[in-house]
Amino acid sequence: MSAAPSPSLPLRLDGLVYRAGPKTIIDGLDATITTPGITALIGPNGAGKSVTLRLIDGLLRPDAGTIRIGAGAPVRRAFVFQRPALLRASAARNVDLALAPLGLRRRERRALTERALARVGLLDRAADPATRLSGGEQQRLALARALVTEPQLLLLDEPSASLDPAATERIETLMAEIARGGTKVILVSHNLGQVARLADDVVVLAQGRAVEHGPTAQILFKPKSAQARAYLTGELPWTAYAAAS
Amino acid sequence: MLDTLADSVARLARLDHEVLAIAWLSLRVSLTAVLIGAVAGVPLGALVAVVRFPGRQVLVGLLNASMGLPPVIVGLVIYLLLSRSGPLGPFGLLFTPSAMVTAQAVLVTPLIAALTRQIVADAEAHLGDQLRSLRLSPWRRAGLLVFDVRFSLVTAILAAFGRAISEIGAVLVVGGNIDGFTRTLTTAISLETQKGDLALALALGLVLMGLVLVVNAAATVLRAYAVRAYG
Repeated sequence: MSAAPSPSLPLRLDGLVYRAGPKTIIDGLDATITTPGITALIGPNGAGKSVTLRLIDGLLRPDAGTIRIGAGAPVRRAFVFQRPALLRASAARNVDLALAPLGLRRRERRALTERALARVGLLDRAADPATRLSGGEQQRLALARALVTEPQLLLLDEPSASLDPAATERIETLMAEIARGGTKVILVSHNLGQVARLADDVVVLAQGRAVEHGPTAQILFKPKSAQARAYLTGELPWTAYAAAS
Repeated sequence: MLDTLADSVARLARLDHEVLAIAWLSLRVSLTAVLIGAVAGVPLGALVAVVRFPGRQVLVGLLNASMGLPPVIVGLVIYLLLSRSGPLGPFGLLFTPSAMVTAQAVLVTPLIAALTRQIVADAEAHLGDQLRSLRLSPWRRAGLLVFDVRFSLVTAILAAFGRAISEIGAVLVVGGNIDGFTRTLTTAISLETQKGDLALALALGLVLMGLVLVVNAAATVLRAYAVRAYG
């Protein structure tokens, strides 16, 4: 398997709607992401960021609308969750299971697993139970599992939300390296400092819609929409702005 | 009563051959039944937890309800199946240890399946999205979740063993309590109590409790060691 840098992996979300029971979580979301690198999804709690990631990954099916990724050929995707979901098994086994659907030989799987673990600095912990790793190491292990299939699209749902600053810095360094390697990264984050450090462009979500999309500096420092301004300045109550718009 | 207790302890101390033979048969029958129940019940429970299909909730309800299957009813149904005029009559299994294993396996399989489903469903709530995101098949997801909860499943297996070795209704009906052939600890305790040999009944009772304690202790120690070693 060889890395397939995709400097431009168009991602088009057209009229996405997703309902959970009587509640509409995603309410006609339109977004076209054509830039390489890291795109951040930001917005208040309940805006639909995590659901949007799950829709893109295919974990959820939209009630309406379409998602188009790439130019037609199937795109390798990987998802890293806020809390790393790891099996009670060794670190290596946790990475290896991502290779299961590919039908590779054991020797190939082992080589790929070791390479992914080395990439996140955990090769020396390969045989250790995943549950014995620290929070930061567990999240790096989750990243290794995501990277082992060399995804073209990496979906990250607040990957450093529960980590200390040192662990967050390592995760951010890895995210930047991954994006430089040609993988398109969609990052959900509430950490605006992190968004400023990493993201090439930003989509602001509010009440299930994309209310603004543009380069990071523009969105963070000169937002045009009232919703984005209210979110970025931390003004409350949020709903008052949403209603006014 | 103290005399009876002293007599029963004396019989145990002599390692009475009859008591040992009955204990060995009980252990053999119940462990075999639990093994069969685990082989059938664990995959069944895991698949019901992972795969979504029409009627799944009904199946879950049935599994949960069948945890309380009355042993004597199970024994009666197996009896009808294995009796000379029943569909499995030609195999000549009635009043044999195999019939007792069959009845106990029928009793413990739904218990293991229902407990496995609940344990795997709890793990699925935590790991399910990640495993689906890795594009793994339902079979593989179920297998991985069983692997993940393997230490918790020991409790389900122990519960099944406890139900099997302590039940009397099913083994009495399909085994017949034949001396030296299908007599188990529970059927022997019942018989000896009725005959008035309370010392032997009590000795058998002590053996039964000892077996349950030893199996549980061994499983608990093994589980604790495995959890320490593998997280």
